[in-house]
Amino acid sequence: MKAPLSWIKEYVDVPADVTTEELTRRLTLTGLKLEAVESPGAQISGPLVVGRVLTMEPEPQKNGKTINWCTVDVGDANGTGEPQGIVCGAHNFAPGDLVVVILPGGVLPGNFEISARKTYGHLSAGMICSARELGLGEDHDGIIVLPADAGEPGQDARGVLGLDEEVIELEVNPDRAYALSLRGIAREVAVSVEGATGFRDPALRDTPPANDAGHPVVVEDPTGCPVFVARKVTGFDPSAPTPSFIADRIAAAGMRSISLAVDVTNYVMLETGRPIHGYDADKLRGPLVVRRAAAGERMVTLDGTQRVLSPEDLVVTDDSGIIGLGGVMGGETTEMSATTTSILVEAAHWDAVSMFRTGKRHRITSEAGKRNERGVDPTICEAAADRVVELLVAHGGGAADPGVTVVGTPPPMPTLTVAGDRAARVSGMEISEQTAAEMLRAVGCEVSGEGTGTLSVVPPPWRPDLTDPQDTTEEVVRLVGYDKVPSVVPVPPAGRGLTRVQQLRRRFSRTAAAEGYTEVVTFPFVGDADLDALGIPGDDPRRTLLRLENPLSAEAPCMTTTLLPGLLRAAARNVGLGAASFGLFETATVTLPTGGVAPILPVDRRPTEDELRSLEEALPRQPLRLGLVAVGEADASGWWGQGRPVSWADAVDAARAVADSVGLELAARATERAPWHPGRCAELVLAAVEAGDDGTVVGHAGELHPKVCATLGLPRGSVAAELDLDVLVEHAVHLRPAPAFSGYPVAKEDVALVVDAGVPAASVEAALREGAGELLESVRLFDVYTGEQVGEGRKSLAYALRFRASDRTLKEGEAAAAREAAVARAAELTGAAQR
Amino acid sequence: MSGPNTDYDPVEVTPLKAEEVEAMREAALAAVAAAADLDALKQVRLEHAGDRSPLALANREIGALPPQARKEAGQRVGQARGAVARALAERQEVLEAEHEEGMLVTETVDVTLPTDRRRRGSRHPLTLQSELIADIFTAMGWEIAEGPLVEAEWLNFDALNLGPDHPARTMQDTFWTEPAENHVVLRTQTSPVQARTMLTRTPPIYVACPGRVFRTDEYDATHSPMFHQVEGLVVDEGISMAHLKGALDHFAARMFGEGVGTRFRPSYFPFTEPSAEVDLRCFVCLGVRPEECRTCRGEGWIEWGGCGVVNPRVLVACGVDPEVYSGFAFGMGIDRSFMFRHELEDLRPLFEGDVRFSSAFGTEI
Ligand SMILES: [Zn+2]
Repeated sequence: MKAPLSWIKEYVDVPADVTTEELTRRLTLTGLKLEAVESPGAQISGPLVVGRVLTMEPEPQKNGKTINWCTVDVGDANGTGEPQGIVCGAHNFAPGDLVVVILPGGVLPGNFEISARKTYGHLSAGMICSARELGLGEDHDGIIVLPADAGEPGQDARGVLGLDEEVIELEVNPDRAYALSLRGIAREVAVSVEGATGFRDPALRDTPPANDAGHPVVVEDPTGCPVFVARKVTGFDPSAPTPSFIADRIAAAGMRSISLAVDVTNYVMLETGRPIHGYDADKLRGPLVVRRAAAGERMVTLDGTQRVLSPEDLVVTDDSGIIGLGGVMGGETTEMSATTTSILVEAAHWDAVSMFRTGKRHRITSEAGKRNERGVDPTICEAAADRVVELLVAHGGGAADPGVTVVGTPPPMPTLTVAGDRAARVSGMEISEQTAAEMLRAVGCEVSGEGTGTLSVVPPPWRPDLTDPQDTTEEVVRLVGYDKVPSVVPVPPAGRGLTRVQQLRRRFSRTAAAEGYTEVVTFPFVGDADLDALGIPGDDPRRTLLRLENPLSAEAPCMTTTLLPGLLRAAARNVGLGAASFGLFETATVTLPTGGVAPILPVDRRPTEDELRSLEEALPRQPLRLGLVAVGEADASGWWGQGRPVSWADAVDAARAVADSVGLELAARATERAPWHPGRCAELVLAAVEAGDDGTVVGHAGELHPKVCATLGLPRGSVAAELDLDVLVEHAVHLRPAPAFSGYPVAKEDVALVVDAGVPAASVEAALREGAGELLESVRLFDVYTGEQVGEGRKSLAYALRFRASDRTLKEGEAAAAREAAVARAAELTGAAQR
Repeated sequence: MSGPNTDYDPVEVTPLKAEEVEAMREAALAAVAAAADLDALKQVRLEHAGDRSPLALANREIGALPPQARKEAGQRVGQARGAVARALAERQEVLEAEHEEGMLVTETVDVTLPTDRRRRGSRHPLTLQSELIADIFTAMGWEIAEGPLVEAEWLNFDALNLGPDHPARTMQDTFWTEPAENHVVLRTQTSPVQARTMLTRTPPIYVACPGRVFRTDEYDATHSPMFHQVEGLVVDEGISMAHLKGALDHFAARMFGEGVGTRFRPSYFPFTEPSAEVDLRCFVCLGVRPEECRTCRGEGWIEWGGCGVVNPRVLVACGVDPEVYSGFAFGMGIDRSFMFRHELEDLRPLFEGDVRFSSAFGTEI
């Protein structure tokens, strides 16, 4: 809300020593935050004074111009009292005129510094100013000539020019609708600015009593429209200009001047907070009726938009049909125009909730709607209508029609019961019951019950927001001063710190970083094209996406089911920016829709357990995932030699490192899954599973499909993994016994086995372990060979076996026997032949 | 080999004459001193201390002497052999040390060569900042609460005193999921976590909730459809605004440095009443000559977040008895705090995944 300071001061006396800074600081501290102060003279500094031209001598110049060499009386403003010599290029003045002079040391808009300087053969000590030079307009035809009685030479010219006017812009919170008017702001100044007194309510005026001579009005829905006041002005001159004080003020408040009639309604709205609607009375047919619309009824509002109405919309009708969307926007058919000479003024009080819903439904935001939906003083309809009539008659001619229509009465304000010490308890300050009562009276409440421990509070009609004890408490505390609230650190009972789950999550993230991956944060929005790019088939469960009603982008209207689209996009962006080798990771939840209805539960009690369960069940599953992608080299090339490109194994190993950070081992099995290379994708399962169990799937890792890389602009061979961290958390090893090591010597045995190329190495290793028995300490595959020596379709796997007993040194031949047993088992289970 | 010979006149055995032994000893010591390296010394050892060295041969003659002469000759030769052995050992040590030193010199490398063989990882600064915040609150004895991003409308709005017609509900531009009749939204604030906490725990409650939230803001330098907030909630007996101020002052000082406090200005949030805007004392200028300060742009204060005393209506909806308990809540943007803490003018690098951005922060801030 923007308000010229002079307008505020029309309704409240502010001591001269209260600066704008102090006034706005106080308003900010009590809840009307200063957004900005605008001032036309803000960019002018230094001596700007009234001067009287004593002499002027025209001096033609060689360039054809004629300048005037003037002496100007500037009083004592120049420190000498001597006339000031100034060269001036304008000619629209004469000796004896009062003009505006800026003296050396002053600064004009545009940071134009004025100094005494030699020009046209004279020492010109200052400048006689034009309106444009002062930033007051575009008029450059000449300098400003002030009226003869404007002031005395040497006097500061700012006041004379109105440069002192300051417009303050305040942020008004939704609960403080009264401050959307000069009336409210002035009242707030009176309450919160020290020394401000004598609030004069602009809505307090004698109004003519209601009579039957006014335009007939029928209100069929008194809940939606409790008060409807109609007044009429006839013989109005539609061509009458808007007086400058109205035009200036509504412009200062940020509204456009349209016509006198419209400007007056806006002016009174700004003044009182009460939105007013004006009809061209000659276009009205019969009585006005206020009712709810029927479903599907139509009308054209004055912005030219055809509206289809809902039964919740409040409308104003006459015999011709609907002529206005009550309180929100008037209709086209009865709009005031350049030929309107007879005006019906409507000042009505509307139900705030209906206003809010109608505005939202039809997407109409207007100055009137903003006020009506937040709540307006219902008692000032007559005063506001009367003020409009007064201004229309005063500035547009015509006459006030004697008819005064008033339908309905303002709803009464509630009586609130508030504990006398509530403000003290809530704020932690010492606020007596008496102080609380005083503060409430200051904002307009009627308060009784002081000394009884309980206050009865009736809020004023302009404060519909005060409905609960907490509302009045806030009023008391803000006026006592938020700055006086003491600072006391609350002491909770002993805390448990981060939960185990929270600690584990940090481990995942730290491990991924330690593995050489850089964390990114991406948006979770995807569209079908993103999944297409990953080659995810149509029947893949990841295609079941939770869709947004109002996505920001039509290309990404859904919540993602996998972290890979965002990660791969980010990887491609890095490649595009010239990064050759890097790893990225992200931890975030994904959304797996289930499609339930989350009921809107009551708020006047705690929901039941069943109700809460129904909320939970309606929400999609949102498991926490970790995704990673690596591009380029895993080990860099350098002076040490050739590097190593990333491989599917790096992705699997990073996944294993993440699982290992919570004590879990992952086993890999071959699988085919987009977006991975069909022959280079591992399904990762928890390794510690019972025999015959498939194992819980944790995620997937491997090399990306060449097509996916090509589509996204990633180098071929880039790798990625995605893990379900919730599964890892669930199975994380909590406590494990310390390991026991044997101190007896180790026996090493190597074995090379030839198997079919399709036999997984993991199966061979499992068979070796099984066959070797408990003397086996470890198995390590140290070489894989394919080639002529083992034959087509075969591969040789070389293993280093280590044997050790926990209680003795192995006897000669024991290790070899165990090796033979291992080989035999491998032969049995995998068809392995020793090489 | 010559053995003992009783016919032999011992006085006449030349090698055992004192001057002869002395000469052998001098010759041996001179050779040791002259050995330039370990190989040369090995040769010297062979020639002057080996089985066939003059002193060894002389030693062998001692047995041939008459008993009365044996002792003297034995002493003479033994001393000479001892002196040679000591000299060899000393020289050996010196030459070994020289050899070692020489080897290390030849093994010298250029330690200024690059060492970046392994790719370095890093964590996202917003993660680090969230963890820092969580650590500040857990150190105060609070706990960290969490909740889902896709949330029930009731928990995101209604339970927090934001009824369907509440004007404030339009201030939050909500992403709705399809179909809207399901009443499921992307949470616009972390406050539903507070509601969940009250619904599942009994007071005293001291929790902070850092998390991700969504608003339908077009993506630009200062707006993002996804950002991060931290909210705090305390519900206990006798809680007042003074405790709120105390908690925020402490948080501010831990996060931005000693001496950085907060200021309250009246505001409006449906969740709380009384409500306040929290301003943070500018941690760069501390309000001293703020006109020269780029961080607070002359204000001396930085807008930090919102807070207030939990509205009793919220307590009721979440099953907390407002007659017994009172509480406070606050919330601020983690991204925004990050931006002014690290002088980031444009928020977009936070969400674009450029490795250069996260890498700049290493693994910990
Ligand atoms: Zn500062």
